[in-house]
Amino acid sequence: MPLYHSEDQAMLADTVRPFLAEQAPVKHLRTLRDTNDATGFSRDLWKQFAEMGFTGVLVPEENGGLGLGHVEAGIILEEIGRNLTPSPFLTTAVAAVEALKAGSAELRDHWLPKIASGDAIIGLAIDEGAKHRPAATALVAERSGNGFKLTGKKQFVLYGHVADMLIVSARTSGAVGDENGITLFAVPKDAAGVTTDVDRLADSSLSARVTLDGVQVDSDAVLGEVDAGWGPLTKLLDAGRIGAAAEMTGVGGAAMDMTLDYIKQRKQFGTIIGEFQALQHRAAHLYGEMETARSVVFKAQQLLDDDDPRAEMFVAVAKAKTGNACNLSVREGVQMHGGIGMTDEYDIGLYMKRDRGLSEFFGDARFHADRVARMNGY
Amino acid sequence: MADLEQFRAETRSWLEANCPAEMREPMRDDDDACWGGRNFKFKNAAQKQWLDTMAAKGWTVPDWPKAYGGGGLSASETKILRSEMAKLGCRSPLMSFGIWMLGPALLKFGTEDQKVHYLNQIARGEIRWCQGYSEPGSGSDLVSLQTYGEDKGDHWNVNGQKIWTSYADKADWIFCLVRTDKTNKYQGISFLLFDMTTPGVTTKPILLISGNSPFCETFFDNVVVPKAQIVGELNRGWDVAKYLLGHEREMISGGGLGEGMMSIGAAHKQVASEEAVLRADMAMFDIDTIAFRAHSERFMDEMKNGKGHPAAPNAMKYIGTELNKRRHELVMAAGGSDALEWESSRSKGGAKPRSWLRTKANSIEGGTSEVMLNVVAKRILNLPGA
Repeated sequence: MPLYHSEDQAMLADTVRPFLAEQAPVKHLRTLRDTNDATGFSRDLWKQFAEMGFTGVLVPEENGGLGLGHVEAGIILEEIGRNLTPSPFLTTAVAAVEALKAGSAELRDHWLPKIASGDAIIGLAIDEGAKHRPAATALVAERSGNGFKLTGKKQFVLYGHVADMLIVSARTSGAVGDENGITLFAVPKDAAGVTTDVDRLADSSLSARVTLDGVQVDSDAVLGEVDAGWGPLTKLLDAGRIGAAAEMTGVGGAAMDMTLDYIKQRKQFGTIIGEFQALQHRAAHLYGEMETARSVVFKAQQLLDDDDPRAEMFVAVAKAKTGNACNLSVREGVQMHGGIGMTDEYDIGLYMKRDRGLSEFFGDARFHADRVARMNGY
Repeated sequence: MADLEQFRAETRSWLEANCPAEMREPMRDDDDACWGGRNFKFKNAAQKQWLDTMAAKGWTVPDWPKAYGGGGLSASETKILRSEMAKLGCRSPLMSFGIWMLGPALLKFGTEDQKVHYLNQIARGEIRWCQGYSEPGSGSDLVSLQTYGEDKGDHWNVNGQKIWTSYADKADWIFCLVRTDKTNKYQGISFLLFDMTTPGVTTKPILLISGNSPFCETFFDNVVVPKAQIVGELNRGWDVAKYLLGHEREMISGGGLGEGMMSIGAAHKQVASEEAVLRADMAMFDIDTIAFRAHSERFMDEMKNGKGHPAAPNAMKYIGTELNKRRHELVMAAGGSDALEWESSRSKGGAKPRSWLRTKANSIEGGTSEVMLNVVAKRILNLPGA
């Protein structure tokens, strides 16, 4: 596959771009933030996502979705990034869908159509500490009756407070830090013993700390196999990572465009500041970093869609590279905007905040660089 | 698609049958490369056999038309050939400025006679070319060049001096920018081809900080160049040069990033396990390199399909050369004091430090990083000003 969009993909992009720019521009985020909206995203917009087919982009056709791949999901995510649109799209329609595909027919048939139709929000209860370290799962699932009893704490569960189901990674055997011995569970939100404590993050998204206190689930809540949850968890995480990377190409790309527009207009010393070579070289360097990130994201998406064994490494590279490039874009963005870039009124600061959140989500650049080193045997 | 899969299978078995075992071992250094030309000394019989076999098949230049010595392959077939060669570890049969730089310019600007004559020679590795661009006073500001060709009716009489001419002392012919009109800066330059054995041509190697001399000063003293040996129109050589610089920038951007080039950390496992911060630097370098490899792939795909930005090679050149310099800084750090040895046999005559120093020219030759950034800023980002 060549590394540019097919006609169908280009058409999808042409549909998504104006839709999000009109329906959910940055102003939409500001309204939700300034009204301290308790959901954190617009249910109406989510319904529209479903009507457009977005929520079912990765859902197989037999489950009511479009049955498309990560390249297409990435096209939607890039525009979400560009507009800073708050939504549970990445967690629900991308990461959770990939985990559910590895689940039982019962789980798939129950949840996938609901996701496609916009009737289910899924929260990802994976992280237990401040840094992403999925093998360090300590939350315990003990055999109990016909199923399991889950006890422990999770954090950074985006939109977990309104989730209809939580995908929870739990330890059923082995030691904290082992990849073996982890089991994934699909825990309904009304299960007794689940409490969520929601917080607004720096980027205005809502994130929950979730406590599971002896939560009893049936054995059919197991997603994949007992003790072998690392497989579906990896599917979930790789989808989430490449999705976050795609979203960051939008965040970093928009921040760069905004900054270029600004330095083409702003005058100081009687000159448009974009004429200064000190800024031109930094802008050109940033462009190179963003384009390189975009390329490796595309490559990783294609490899994932082809089930290529190199996909895991390319996803790690893409998440790390995009994290670094997007971070450079927002830092240069604020700096080149000067004083106005520090004001709440101007949008560039919002991009800086979203970059910080997405960089951290599913592991930051250092985490993935470490993984790439291990995959290369050092 | 089925046709392409068949092509892949056939290509693979052909390569397996025809690529000698010696030519499937990784190249240790520049010395292992085959450059061809009148005076080239083949390292062994396998190297010559590999060149001749590939040239006969048209696969030294797989995507050139067959009439010019190429293989007539489509872009997709060429990509398959390259990936199959990479999988089997086949060396490139021929390194050549003729293939990378002059060839594309001739394909675009040459007459039919020129294409048939020069391109076939290039494809078979018979003539080794060098590039006469930079002059002592014309580096980044190349268009100010002074080497002058005086019109003498059926020929030009060329006088002047070039500098940084890569391998001029080993080349058979030169493609050279010569001023043919002193009154017009941009439209007063012509793109001439001539034999390096023409009376009046002399070369003098330049000793570099690496202790090696890949570049020369080249002097022209009343060199006679027949009028037929011009590429493109009279005084429009700058158009050819600009086009060709794009190819040069692509070529340099790929330095050290071949498919077969492994992870830097994987190549230095021991020290990476002992030095945590060095390991981290290497991991971040691997991130950037692997990402850049994907970027190069996209760049090639876009270029082949006319989707790329015409100034994109400038960005590629900047990123690729800066990465290659960074790679060699890490190789030196990984080698520690061992990597400082300059002459010992243990260090293969200081291969590491000499390579490290050589890479410092990557971001100078073919347009400095600063010039590349200027071009990207103006032509891609449309930033204002001079």
